[in-house]
Amino acid sequence: MAVVAELGETVSKLRQAYESSRTRSLAWRQAQLRGLLRLLKEQQETAFEALHEDLGKHRAEAYRDEVGLLMKSANEALRQLGKWMTPEKVWVPLVAFPATGQIVPEPLGVILIFACWNVPLGLSLEPLIGAIAAGNAVALKPSELSPCTAKFLAENVGKYMDAAAVKVVQGGPEVGEQLMEHRWDKVLFTGSPRVGRAVMAAASKHLTPVALELGGKCPCIFDMMSSARELQIAVNRIVGAKWSCCAGQACLAIDYLLVEERYLPVLLKVLKSTMKRFFSDADAMARIVSARHFERLRNLLKDREVAPSILHGGSMDAENLYIEPTILLNPPLDSAIMTEEIFGPLLPIITLKKIEDSIAFVRAMPKPLALYAFTGDAKLRRRIVEETSSGSVTFNDAVVQYAIDALPFGGVGQSGSGQYHGKYSFEMFSHKKAVMKRGYLIELTLRYPPWNERKIALMRHLYRFDYFGFVLCFLGLRR
Amino acid sequence: MAAAAAEQLRESFSTGRTRPAAWREAQLRGVLRMATEMETEICDALHADLAKPRTESYVQEISQVKSSCKFALKNLKKWMKPQKVSAGVLTFPSTARIAAEPLGVVLVISAWNYPFLLSVDPVIGAIAAGNAVVLKPSEIAPATSALLADLLPRFVDGSCIKVAEGGVPETTALLEQKWGKIFYTGNGKVGRIVLSLAAKHLTPVVLELGGKCPVVVDSNVDAHVAAKRIAVGKWGCNNGQACVAPDFIITTNSFAPKLVESLEKVLLKFYGKDPLQSPDLSQIVNSNHFNRLSRLMDEEMVSDKVVFGGQRDELQLKISPTLLLDVPLDSAIMKEEIFGPLLPIITVDKIHESFALINSMTKPLAAYLFTKDSTLQDQFENGISAGATIINDTSIHLTNLHLPFGGVGESGMGAYHGTFSFEAFSHKKAILARCFIGETKARYPPYTPEKLKIVKGVLKGNLLAMIQAISGCPRGA
Repeated sequence: MAVVAELGETVSKLRQAYESSRTRSLAWRQAQLRGLLRLLKEQQETAFEALHEDLGKHRAEAYRDEVGLLMKSANEALRQLGKWMTPEKVWVPLVAFPATGQIVPEPLGVILIFACWNVPLGLSLEPLIGAIAAGNAVALKPSELSPCTAKFLAENVGKYMDAAAVKVVQGGPEVGEQLMEHRWDKVLFTGSPRVGRAVMAAASKHLTPVALELGGKCPCIFDMMSSARELQIAVNRIVGAKWSCCAGQACLAIDYLLVEERYLPVLLKVLKSTMKRFFSDADAMARIVSARHFERLRNLLKDREVAPSILHGGSMDAENLYIEPTILLNPPLDSAIMTEEIFGPLLPIITLKKIEDSIAFVRAMPKPLALYAFTGDAKLRRRIVEETSSGSVTFNDAVVQYAIDALPFGGVGQSGSGQYHGKYSFEMFSHKKAVMKRGYLIELTLRYPPWNERKIALMRHLYRFDYFGFVLCFLGLRR
Repeated sequence: MAAAAAEQLRESFSTGRTRPAAWREAQLRGVLRMATEMETEICDALHADLAKPRTESYVQEISQVKSSCKFALKNLKKWMKPQKVSAGVLTFPSTARIAAEPLGVVLVISAWNYPFLLSVDPVIGAIAAGNAVVLKPSEIAPATSALLADLLPRFVDGSCIKVAEGGVPETTALLEQKWGKIFYTGNGKVGRIVLSLAAKHLTPVVLELGGKCPVVVDSNVDAHVAAKRIAVGKWGCNNGQACVAPDFIITTNSFAPKLVESLEKVLLKFYGKDPLQSPDLSQIVNSNHFNRLSRLMDEEMVSDKVVFGGQRDELQLKISPTLLLDVPLDSAIMKEEIFGPLLPIITVDKIHESFALINSMTKPLAAYLFTKDSTLQDQFENGISAGATIINDTSIHLTNLHLPFGGVGESGMGAYHGTFSFEAFSHKKAILARCFIGETKARYPPYTPEKLKIVKGVLKGNLLAMIQAISGCPRGA
């Protein structure tokens, strides 16, 4: 009960802060972004520690995937903010003269951001940058599965930013449910489709618009590489995109690989040697976030139909929540490991007769957040872009698209709706208001009743922007 | 039946038939031909459903549909072209672009007040974006619904564009299917139901809802011109049954008499001494709504505030333009969206007080202000959130296809018209293409302090770090 009341108060305080208009000015937004940058700089070591505590994430990964990217984003937002806030002038037809038309971005109001546990800093603060840049008040709900990072945010966000308008709410699913009982002007949820459905259903009560960043099985189509050097680079990138991304616990991580069966031995050889080289030190890979997820992944492998397909790895350490980077070959397509998002360090490889068959394979699955293809074949690339649908497509690399500000980040179909990063973040949390101003100089009486055929004829000309015809008609020289 | 239709369209879509520009253009031309060749039939259906005057049918529905088609045809190739964006130096060398792709099979649910426009306009957007579409016209405008079911298959590709008629059960059955997007025009109550059903399949939605569109009238304007523009936006739009029709007026005590007088003069000119006989006034759509509006007018504390009009004809379902002065703010007529020919006028001492009143209500689809004071205009624009704010006129923004048309808060989510229609039914797919020139070893484990230094430098935009990164530094790792 106390929690409910406390949450209610948090929400109403945020609404008060927003309604006081304090979040609207450019100065306020810039101050928050600068505050965030200072937070990331001054508290960087503490952030690394929290991420290591929560996920065993190496500081290099933490910097590369979270802290570093956030600083880049915040700086970009600071640079572009004035431009993003500027209304866009639009063309207005002559018939409305004198008139001006504009599209004016305005904040939505009070935003709720649910972050996921796997990139706990990034998935909280990247949307926060957008929501603040757009002039909103924000409630941030980090995942309870990354408690140290949640605590880090709770302790620092209020110190470096305007605590009246940016609040961190800690807690588990019950807190999330309670928060959704309130009306928000927008909710961004990053997580699983199952919870995404619940969030959207709860939002419907208040007509709260929702953006969903969900997951999916991100496939990697692996075509023949033209040289040993390219093969090695490609494999580096694949191994990095699978196991170097929070041990595969990332919505953008490669979920499974598709390759032509005749090419499999060559690929496997380089895969194994690269994995060995990269992960010689157990420290280099993050651990599984919780015992529950550890069990989930263990069960994927224990499945009687699946276990025989384990080709490499497979060893597990329950105490340290560590699963060795594992490769499987052709597990049954109806097994859980091939129907659910893996979100872990297990990589199924599916072999095909022809690499072109990968297109039909991918189309038969729900639309993923990202689709990867390593190929030099221009025709195959074109077919992949035109015949498959996914949040994004990346050729000859994986996951790096996340770092590019100019590219919208988001899913489609089962992988989500709504996009952010860069200016898309600003737009996600803005309302584009149409504004038209007219004057009193000219009054077109043909607009008004009582209506007759002549007025309709005149309007026909006007709506075709046939001003010459309009004049003739007006003068009675044409019907 | 709904499941079968959805499945059939999914198959049609998966053949790739709706993707080429040629197909889309052919459909758009088909719609354009339909609006042109069938103008009389469409006007007749609208008259049967709503007694809609022919001018309104032409100007507000048919003409608008034609403009939409032409705009889409003109811009289609541009919309379909992938947009190159800067990949930046982080992934150098690489190319990045954003390509629009259709969402698949989409559902458009239309409303009864502009039954032709609100059915066909979103469908135009869906087609332009390369989707297959199911259109569910409103059963409360049955003549138009039947006409669309008959006409559309004759003018467009029936294997990819279908009309599904019916009432609540049929609509619910449709909403239970999985769609690439659902586009709904209607009220907030049903909007919530649409959103909750869409949640089951994680279907994104556009909701075009309503609200109480306020008109603030300052005393420094020409009352006669203001009255005309307000009147045509109110009673010239389906007799007030329009989502952007002015719902109520707020003006100063001192200006109210002048405004009321002007409105009365204008109404007399527009509709004559006996408005119920005027052919230029739409009827109320059905007896449900007629009774609803009667109740609003007859409420105690409200009925004695009628200063003009108030005539009714239950048989013809007609209500005359009615002005009410200073009804209580907690009366039903001030709490619900009126959606009819009743126009309450609320007076305040100072015009600024109107802002607080408007902000105490939910965000409307449109907010109007009549004033010559540019400071007040700026304050209105900054202080009032609405789908759109229009200064010195009403409803005209609908015809400007360069402006997004949609609500915010209770008045809806998402927008359309022009390019926004295309975007509403598209997914903007990010495409990044890299190659194998240059390999950034610093990305990979085993992690070393040297590698981290390079990564930091790259993320900060440090040129030296980038060169080091691409050339495979640090060596030996």
